[in-house]
Order: sequence, then structure tokens, then C-alpha cells
Amino acid sequence: MEKILITESRLDAKACTDAVVYPGAGGIVVFVGTVRNQTQGKPVQHLEFESYEPMALKEMRKIADQAIENWRLHDMVIHHRMGRVEIEEEAVVIACSSAHRKEAFAACEYAIDTLKETVPIWKKEIFEDGEVWVSAHP
Amino acid sequence: MKIEITAFGIAKDILKQKRTEVEISGEPSIAALRKELISNFPDFEKLASLKFAVNTEYVSDNYQLKPSDEVVLIPPVSGG
Repeated sequence: MEKILITESRLDAKACTDAVVYPGAGGIVVFVGTVRNQTQGKPVQHLEFESYEPMALKEMRKIADQAIENWRLHDMVIHHRMGRVEIEEEAVVIACSSAHRKEAFAACEYAIDTLKETVPIWKKEIFEDGEVWVSAHP
Repeated sequence: MKIEITAFGIAKDILKQKRTEVEISGEPSIAALRKELISNFPDFEKLASLKFAVNTEYVSDNYQLKPSDEVVLIPPVSGG
């Protein structure tokens, strides 16, 4: 399985979990970011994601490498969905494994926080009466 | 110097196209490109941030552009 992936297909959290398991693991932490049905009370119909793919993959790889080094993880997988994503579907899956749970929790949180800051991926919220690029304006 | 730029997300909407060329007179820095873009498309100034990538790496405003560079506008990212 690709450890770092951008795809228009549904993400598979179980497959991501299986990809990081190893005999020395004491814990696997998996974060699944899903599409919420509203933003500040306004109903969202679906999301649309786009990326600058070659750079997004590089930035995702950097995050995984940094997390593996900082928290001495066995491994980390980051998969991100593109295109039209429906309510309740997975937008992102991050899975990581380590000997002890504390490191895996910290690494997983670092990875999603950093992804939201540095990886060139953009999402648009589609409403009944229009659409908005998320976080574009202060 | 003529700089070809590629835009994503809201930057693409502001340019009304995915790719365009920007003419910069004088020193071809990212700062000069930013200034030229804002003067032609004032909506860029309303964004929470506008970063630039050259050859798939973030660059700072003092980066000097070369004709072969792949220049991409990075408006505020919102993955996850």
C-alpha cells in the first residue's frame, strides 16, 4: 500500500491501520477526518477538494518523516481524498504505530495539525445557495 | 521578465484562470510578483495569506525567479 496517497476513491481506515501494524507495536492511533453536515449552523451539501499534487505529496511525506523521527514511530500513513466528498465520508486518514500509546497520540495530532497548515490542499464547501473556499479570508 | 504562474483554490477564481503570465519589470523577485499581482487583482489582498511555491517548495519574498521556475500561487490551505 502507498503510505502517502492522494486519491479520488473512498479512503479505507482499516487498510491504513493494517499498513502500520507490527509485532513491537503497543498502540496504533488512527485519525479519520470526516465531512460535517454544517458549518456555523449553515447546512453543507458536500465538499470539493483540490490539491497541487506533487507538492502536497512532498509536504505529506515531510510530515510523516518528521513524526516518525520525533516520536520514534514504527510507521505513519497519510491518505487524503480529492474531488467531491459527501457528508460522513472520510476526507483524510492518518494512522501511526509505536511501542507506547503516548507517542502515537502526540504524533497523530502533530500530523493533522501540520497538514492543515502546510499541505497545499484546498476545500470548498458547497451550500444550497453558493460555495465558499474554506479559510480563504480572515 | 515574463513569469508563468499556476493558481489553485480561490487564487484560480481571482485570476479567472488556472494559468497566466505576469510581466515584471526590474528585479524578478517573489515580492515583485506579489506586488504586480495585487495591483492587477486587488482581491489577492483580501486573502488571509498568499504564499508562493517554486518547483514544489515554499519560497520567501526575496527569492529571485529564474525563467525555468515552476511558480504556483498558494492561497490559504484547508486540507483535512
